Amino acid sequence: MTGHLAPRPGFVLDVDRNSPPIVFHHGEGFRLEKLPPDRSRVIYPAEPLEGLPDPDGAIREALLNPIGESDPLPALLRPGMKLTIAFDDISLPLPPMRRPDIRQRVIEAVLDLAAEAGVDDVHLIAALAIHRRMTEDELRHAVGDRVYDAFAPDGRLYNHDAEDPDGMVVLGETPHGEDVQFSRRAAESDLVVYVNINLVAMDGGHKSTATGLSGYTGLRHHHNVHTMRNSRSFMDQENSALHASNWRMGKIIRDAGVKIFQIETTVNNDTFGREGPLALLQKREWEWSARDRMQFLGMKAGLDVMPTKAKRKVFSSWQAPYALTSVQAGEVEAVHEVTTENVYRQHLVPVEGQTDILTMGMPYICPYNVNSIMNPILVMCLGLGYFFNLYRGRPLVREGGVLIMSHPTPWEFNPVHHPSYIDFFEQVLADTTDPVEIEKKYEKQYAEDEWYIHLYRNSYAYHGVHPFYMWYWGSHALQHLGRVIIVGGDPAAVRRMGFQVASTLQDALEMASDVVGPQPTITHMKNPPILMADVT
Amino acid sequence: MIPESLAERRIAVTGSTGFLGTALVERLLRSAPGCELVLIVRPGRRGATRRVERDIFRNDAFDALRDQLGPDGFAEMTTRRVTAVAGDVTIDGLGLDDEGRAALASCDTVIHSAAAVSFDSPLDQAVEVNLLGPVRIVETLADLRVAPHLVAVSTCYVAGSRRGSAPEEPVDASPFFVDVDWRTEVEAARRIRRDTETASRTPERLVGFREQAHRELGAAGTPGLAAKTEQLRSRWVDDHMAESGVARASSLGFPDAYAYTKALGEIATAESAGAVPVSVVRPAIIESAIAEPSPGWIRGFRMAEPVIISYARGLLKEFPGVPEGTIDVIPVDLVVAAICAVAARGPLDPDDGPDIIQVASGSVNPLRYGKLVNLVREWFTEHPIYDDMGQPIPVPEWSFPGRGRVKKQLQRAGTMLDHAQKVFDVLPVRGRQAEVGARLEEQRELVHRAEGYVDLYGAYAECEAVYGLDRLLALWDLLDDDDQAAFCFDPRVIDWDVYAPEIHLPSVVKAGRIPMKPPARGGESRSSRLRRQILAPERHLVAFDLENTLIASNVVASYAWLGSRRLNGRDRVRFVAGLVAEVPTLLSLDKKDRSDFLRYFYRRYDGAPVDQISIDAAEKFSELILTKSFPAAIRRVREHRALGHRTLLITGALDFVVEPFRPLFDEIVCAKLGVVDGAYDGQLTAVPPTGEARYQALVDHAAAHDLDLRESVAYADSASDLPMLEAVGFPVAVNPETRLAGIARKRGWLIEDFRKSPGMHRNLLPLAPKRTVGTSR
Repeated sequence: MTGHLAPRPGFVLDVDRNSPPIVFHHGEGFRLEKLPPDRSRVIYPAEPLEGLPDPDGAIREALLNPIGESDPLPALLRPGMKLTIAFDDISLPLPPMRRPDIRQRVIEAVLDLAAEAGVDDVHLIAALAIHRRMTEDELRHAVGDRVYDAFAPDGRLYNHDAEDPDGMVVLGETPHGEDVQFSRRAAESDLVVYVNINLVAMDGGHKSTATGLSGYTGLRHHHNVHTMRNSRSFMDQENSALHASNWRMGKIIRDAGVKIFQIETTVNNDTFGREGPLALLQKREWEWSARDRMQFLGMKAGLDVMPTKAKRKVFSSWQAPYALTSVQAGEVEAVHEVTTENVYRQHLVPVEGQTDILTMGMPYICPYNVNSIMNPILVMCLGLGYFFNLYRGRPLVREGGVLIMSHPTPWEFNPVHHPSYIDFFEQVLADTTDPVEIEKKYEKQYAEDEWYIHLYRNSYAYHGVHPFYMWYWGSHALQHLGRVIIVGGDPAAVRRMGFQVASTLQDALEMASDVVGPQPTITHMKNPPILMADVT
Repeated sequence: MIPESLAERRIAVTGSTGFLGTALVERLLRSAPGCELVLIVRPGRRGATRRVERDIFRNDAFDALRDQLGPDGFAEMTTRRVTAVAGDVTIDGLGLDDEGRAALASCDTVIHSAAAVSFDSPLDQAVEVNLLGPVRIVETLADLRVAPHLVAVSTCYVAGSRRGSAPEEPVDASPFFVDVDWRTEVEAARRIRRDTETASRTPERLVGFREQAHRELGAAGTPGLAAKTEQLRSRWVDDHMAESGVARASSLGFPDAYAYTKALGEIATAESAGAVPVSVVRPAIIESAIAEPSPGWIRGFRMAEPVIISYARGLLKEFPGVPEGTIDVIPVDLVVAAICAVAARGPLDPDDGPDIIQVASGSVNPLRYGKLVNLVREWFTEHPIYDDMGQPIPVPEWSFPGRGRVKKQLQRAGTMLDHAQKVFDVLPVRGRQAEVGARLEEQRELVHRAEGYVDLYGAYAECEAVYGLDRLLALWDLLDDDDQAAFCFDPRVIDWDVYAPEIHLPSVVKAGRIPMKPPARGGESRSSRLRRQILAPERHLVAFDLENTLIASNVVASYAWLGSRRLNGRDRVRFVAGLVAEVPTLLSLDKKDRSDFLRYFYRRYDGAPVDQISIDAAEKFSELILTKSFPAAIRRVREHRALGHRTLLITGALDFVVEPFRPLFDEIVCAKLGVVDGAYDGQLTAVPPTGEARYQALVDHAAAHDLDLRESVAYADSASDLPMLEAVGFPVAVNPETRLAGIARKRGWLIEDFRKSPGMHRNLLPLAPKRTVGTSR
């Protein structure tokens, strides 16, 4: 393929007898599936947009020419001030991008300006809310060795700690009665510069700080079943209760006198590269060359016999050649409006009408298993939370329809990163899979558990309450769907989550016909690279 | 009229806690309402009265009587008619106090049914009880200057192993009796005990016992090994004494020590009786009741039962014996009735011949061995026993081979299992695999026990003596109709075709608590019941071991990780090579003594900077320890804490290694190193908590916090933790190695199978990852 043609937008393929089999992501592997002709369609993401030719120049440009009611960054900097630079954590972008990471570029630019202005009280905080702490290697990757070596050794570059009793403050309460909890250092700074990577439409805006620098006290007001069921979808700001809550909190933060200079960036869809072993995942199957086909078959044969651990290693070493497509800085809301347009420019694919059955191939990675294991709860969260909600207008699948995911879903957990997930899976889900009941009966206990808090603060564990949020993330889908089937999943793990398991897509479609009747319409969402369906 | 004759009588009874004794007491209280009883029982810890209450009156033999009188009426009746007296037939003077002597002196009749009936009792014990017991009774009576009627219960088998008729005549009147002096035999038995005790204490033997204890328990610490060693020694002495008994008995033509000592006991009693008139009642093999107190009533596991159950379990593929031979079985109620009739009748006039009656079935209503085997096989084919997988066990068909062939078969099976066990013992297996080993051990024990049965009971199955019943039947004929109805001892009434399948066998499997149904699905399993007990709010203290209980790691791995964290290139290779080369030394040291191993091993922390170790240890916790942790075990600790239990970690690991576990435990007992100038000196500051030191730490902790160990729980993985596990009321074996798996299975402890989280990659060597970028920190 030549890179000189203008990138093509997303595309909806109507499957007919001549359509080739479609590649489904399947964890650390792939499946080749033939979809029933004449009633199936495949939604392809847009091809990667061209990146900005001079990213560093564009960044400096954005810092000097802010959007909305904001002075240029240099005007906000003065000697003796307290400056906090907060940045997105390991969950962004996915998969991690090749060096230099966008955060490194932006942070270096900000630090240059700060140095020019004579600012020396600078802290850098990984705004991870209740995610796991980032390791030294991960921090180095995000901010670059130069920044790391300058700030980490004397404790000015660190992970946010939402359970530090001295490190958190409550700034106030929204009119909806939501506590706004915030990092004390950020709250007490003269300026907070937030460095964001806006991978999907949900990211960024007030969520960057209101969520990223908060803790359980604040998060519980929007990370709950009620909010998620009232976000249709949480990827669509106009219709997201999650978004609304974060915006209310953002207002309280602003009113409390916290000055935020928001820097948002977007990347293109170049997830798997235009060349290299995974490049064909970005191509449309009927355009594959003979060489592509050979290469795919070779890769699939290799992966089929490779042990899981080796496969995990291979896949987690993949770094995306993402290119920066936009950068904007200034006042949070004005910035985020432009950012969202840029996200939509890459992701939105118009789709006409809903479908009876939605199929998805689940990849090896989600925001919470970078350098880790994609455990069953994360499979659920990625499918029923993220992918299901990648719509605007109406869900891709009709109410009472069936979702078929493809993923091995092994009963495997990383005990360092996901200790509370293990217990959630063994104890909570063994009791009930109903999000409302789970929230009522178990959330508080897990959220306040001293052992999980200890591991979150001192080891590399997600917070005790995190698996609950994963489950809530899927609660809109759980309410909407008539059935969930996982193709190729571990039967015990899949059943534990209240889903059904099928060994082939054909079986899954058979099982689905119990719910949606014979001859259902089928839509396959070919994601990633990421697409967001604009359903009319 | 038996009840009338017995009215106003005071009857002393020995052995009333036994099978025959209990039935006798019940019958006297129920069918002879006029008599009073003096029960001479060993007082035990609780005293004679409590023991009679607990061990006799609570037996289901008294259900009918209790129902009839009501609980209050029953209590009133027993209080009025029964006197409990502390006494012991193995003590000269019967160990009676003044009250006891007075009570005995007031009796008109003494029924002596105390006996060491076990067929493999140590020789001297059988002699003390069976031979000297009745002698001491008559001597005590003489001392008290009374001469009540003594009814001494003996056995038909005093006739010895012989073919043909064995009439009701004194032992020494038999032409086949080998004349030995009973006093010499008593002396010899006591001397053999002394010699055996001496022999068991030779240095070679003691070393042997200790080695065996070590093989069974591993590095369990000195006190633990000492207790086990002494237990093995004393068991060796008993086994040796039992062997001596069998050997001496068969040298004189008796099937076992029981018959031999009973036979000499009869002679000795006759010799010592003086003024006391003695009647001897000789039952054959006493089995479950045909009708009274209730059909099938049985107490304790008797002679034939273990054999029958072993057969039904499929363990006894063959049993020796001749099909046309007679198994002389007599239901207990017939024996009781005969004793009552003899007591009522009183002593026989010496001119009327020897006062001996035999209660047996062989001569008038024989049960052929072949028939019995058929009845048993049919019954178990219809009502099979279930194995632990819930499958019915098919019963084998016997071909009645000779004893030698059966023994050889069993020995072969036993030897094979012995070898398999030995192989298993040296394999480093844990958890599920170790349980296979434990099951193997169980099988092996069952086979060895079956072998023992063949040894012991084979003689009975092969015995072809026919016991004469002339006097018994003569006594029967003297009874009027009422007595015959109330005190039936006519062996001709037994219908074997009904007795075996409808009365005896159901009662045997019931008494043996044998699984006759496949385990119920859905019901609470044993382990979930145990788990519920362990997780009950009323538990006090919960102690955990660390290695292989909470994490699949050890002190060597921790050291390797910490040691390699800051090494690169050639240093790293050298470090690894050095450690690997030392592994055999370390392993053998650990096997011998855990404390020595820890001391030796921890020396290599000499010079390690405290600051650096504390930073590195925190990283190690995430990268090594948590990766190798058992999530279910950690969840269990937290469940205990949620229930308000006090949690305690006792480990030989170092403080900086276990520090991150602090939030899980109220207290951590661990090893600590001394510090000099900001660096560790490689010396332990205190005795490392291993083996008995671990037990002591637990006991100290419980005492300091006023906690009851009986209400406490301990989790550990190895037999070396036995002192700690045994100290608590609720021990839990976690992923046990073979030895502990065997012990836990035998004692019915909860066994937990905690595992690492699946899906984590395993490094061959527990080394820190190479640090590629920067070293600043």
